[in-house]
Amino acid sequence: MALKTIIPDFRKTSPVDQVGIEERVARFTTRSIKKSSKMQGLKMVLSMIDLTTLEGKDTEGKVKQMCYKAAHLHDVIPGLPSVAAVCVYPSMVKAAKDALKGTDIKVASVSTAFPSGQSTPEIKILDTKFAVEHGADEIDMVISRGEFLKGNYNFVFEEIAAIKEACGKARLKVIFETGELSTLDNVRKASDIAMYAGADFIKTSTGKISPAATMPVTLVMLEAIRDYYYATGRMVGMKPAGGISTSKLALQYLIMVHETLGAAWLSNEWFRFGASSLANDVLMQIAKETHGVYQSPDYFSKD
Amino acid sequence: MATKEPKLNFNAAWELAPAPEDTKHISIKKQYELFINGEFVKPNSKKYFATYNPATEEKIADIAEADDKDVDKAVKAARAAFGKWSRLSGAERGKYIYRIARLMQERAREFAVIETMDGGKPIRESRDIDVPLAANHFFYYAGWADKLEYAFPNRNPKPLGVAGQIIPWNFPLLMAAWKIAPALAAGNTVVLKPAETTSLTALKLAELIRDSGLPAGVVNIVTGAGKTGSAIVNHPDINKIAFTGSTDVGKLIQRSIAGTGKKLTLELGGKAANIIFEDAPLDQAVEGIINGIFFNQGHVCCAGSRLFVQENVADIVIRKLKDRMETLRVGDPMDKNTDIGAINSREQLSKINEYIKIGKNEGAELYQSSCTVPKKGYFCKPTIFLNASQSHRIVQEEIFGPVLAVQTFRTIEEVIEKANNIPYGLSAGVWTDKGSKIFNLTSKLRAGVIWANTYNKFDPTSPFGGYKESGFGREGGLHGLAAYLDL
Repeated sequence: MALKTIIPDFRKTSPVDQVGIEERVARFTTRSIKKSSKMQGLKMVLSMIDLTTLEGKDTEGKVKQMCYKAAHLHDVIPGLPSVAAVCVYPSMVKAAKDALKGTDIKVASVSTAFPSGQSTPEIKILDTKFAVEHGADEIDMVISRGEFLKGNYNFVFEEIAAIKEACGKARLKVIFETGELSTLDNVRKASDIAMYAGADFIKTSTGKISPAATMPVTLVMLEAIRDYYYATGRMVGMKPAGGISTSKLALQYLIMVHETLGAAWLSNEWFRFGASSLANDVLMQIAKETHGVYQSPDYFSKD
Repeated sequence: MATKEPKLNFNAAWELAPAPEDTKHISIKKQYELFINGEFVKPNSKKYFATYNPATEEKIADIAEADDKDVDKAVKAARAAFGKWSRLSGAERGKYIYRIARLMQERAREFAVIETMDGGKPIRESRDIDVPLAANHFFYYAGWADKLEYAFPNRNPKPLGVAGQIIPWNFPLLMAAWKIAPALAAGNTVVLKPAETTSLTALKLAELIRDSGLPAGVVNIVTGAGKTGSAIVNHPDINKIAFTGSTDVGKLIQRSIAGTGKKLTLELGGKAANIIFEDAPLDQAVEGIINGIFFNQGHVCCAGSRLFVQENVADIVIRKLKDRMETLRVGDPMDKNTDIGAINSREQLSKINEYIKIGKNEGAELYQSSCTVPKKGYFCKPTIFLNASQSHRIVQEEIFGPVLAVQTFRTIEEVIEKANNIPYGLSAGVWTDKGSKIFNLTSKLRAGVIWANTYNKFDPTSPFGGYKESGFGREGGLHGLAAYLDL
């Protein structure tokens, strides 16, 4: 079957039933993950983390420390993977890139006037190019939620396409800030727009707005990825960000990915967690599985 | 650009380790007697039959077989208890029923494990649905016990007397609760017979009722097969028969009690239409299809066993359905990750397999998920038949297993006509984003229960029952209470 990409009418994307989504999510959360499957899952979670610091008070020194942590999560336990990427502001890309030299950890940079996206198209493109020129492997852009809610879908589409072009070889993650989109129907619509406009990843939130990532929102996006994949043959990645801080929840997300998109998405090429405190909780669980008892949080370095 | 056709791979890149529910905490006796007049007594017949675990084919226990004399004894005990029980104040009756509900919650894990062991349903369902819902029925009807005058104003509601209740094997404990709770709240006494393949949780309920201090004889539980049931139906001193089971037996019951003055409610078979419109939330509709036909291995009288998909979205829906079927885990019912457990009995499995053969011969296109099933025990892969026709037997007849017949439709008129063109009328499902379409269909589909954008939802406050050959009378809600009252 030859696949061709026809851009759909975004006013008519598939409806989503919130009650049904929540019921499906409840089924994922009753899966029991034990013993070897738990260990395998926990290591998978670690390898999928985008270790993040996105604060006004960030400095090169802070970023450097985090980068070391990214590559050496917990050297006491051998055989642990490193995280997938670190996620920083454009101004910190160079520092991160230098600190991660010699590792295969990617540097992701937020851009497009993150987190609000309230700026001009020119500045957003400059912002992106600046990050790419400093060596960012991945760009996490935000969509213009105001334009989206106005129904200005062409604007949103073209903006994403323009940033994608500015990214060059860098992979583009598109953040919807689902906490501002209000309905699951809107989440589905934003997913379709972003994927057809060229997104390599779709991402729930900036982490600056509550609610951030939730399982229902992520499920809607995973289902959109699945439909897009069937329509075009192109795989798109998924990144829930913000609000996932426990191993148990992270494992439930993986169950959801596995049962919605299958085995191919269970790698950090196609699935990421945007999180700052998740890694240590996972490490605590791994230590518990290894030694049989829980250890104090003081045994795990903060960053 | 990819040239090969996109396909998702649900093979286990991440295998889930077995997560069996602990079964050590339960106690099952080697042999179970009849529960008559508040105590366990040996059967007059001196006969016992074995009950098996359908997932392992191992014997669990021996169950007493009640004959005519045993049934007579049970009815006499119920009659003797009726006077005092019916004169008790509603609030007092309510107290007993509340106590049963609370005890059931306390022993929920034990009930769930035994239900799964004896019936084959996954522990996830018995733990999350059967047992909590059974307790909820007792809670709900306990609340009505002292409010009958308000429930039916100006009607002077009076209990009927002794109720004979015969329940099926698909929801053994839940059906017992559906039957016993409203009967007691209304002031009746009860002789209940569970199905012969799934007597254990009813007998555990008998132990619970004994522990609750309910006056002797108010609830009697007699075990046995069809002959025991027939003894209940034909007993002259019974005022009301409530039966849930097959349409054939329902007709037989109706025939045998004709002219006796016994009241009757029947909840019989079904062949529900689950209707998916083009504007439906398709992923959630697929979930509804799965839940409709694979819940409890399809052993559900209201199962959505006929799927109607609007033709212009049929390809997408079927693709999604096949993908979802790949993620269903079939196997050990006691594993917490199992989605589809064991078929209830060898007989039922061979009946289902017979229908699968019929479907193939009729020319429908068979599709089964690629899962493997355990060698031992009675298991059936989740099965769908594509391109089924209205005149196929797999579309017309109740299979009572995880087998779905899929048809497409083009217009609303067509689907209403086809959905109604069946001897049954228990339930239906409608999936659309458009509210007006839902109301249009619910008024035209001849089915007792219609779910909109969901399926297989049960609640004690909601009446449940059928049209046509699916029976008559309602259970649940005020309607269910009225069925046990002389109004």
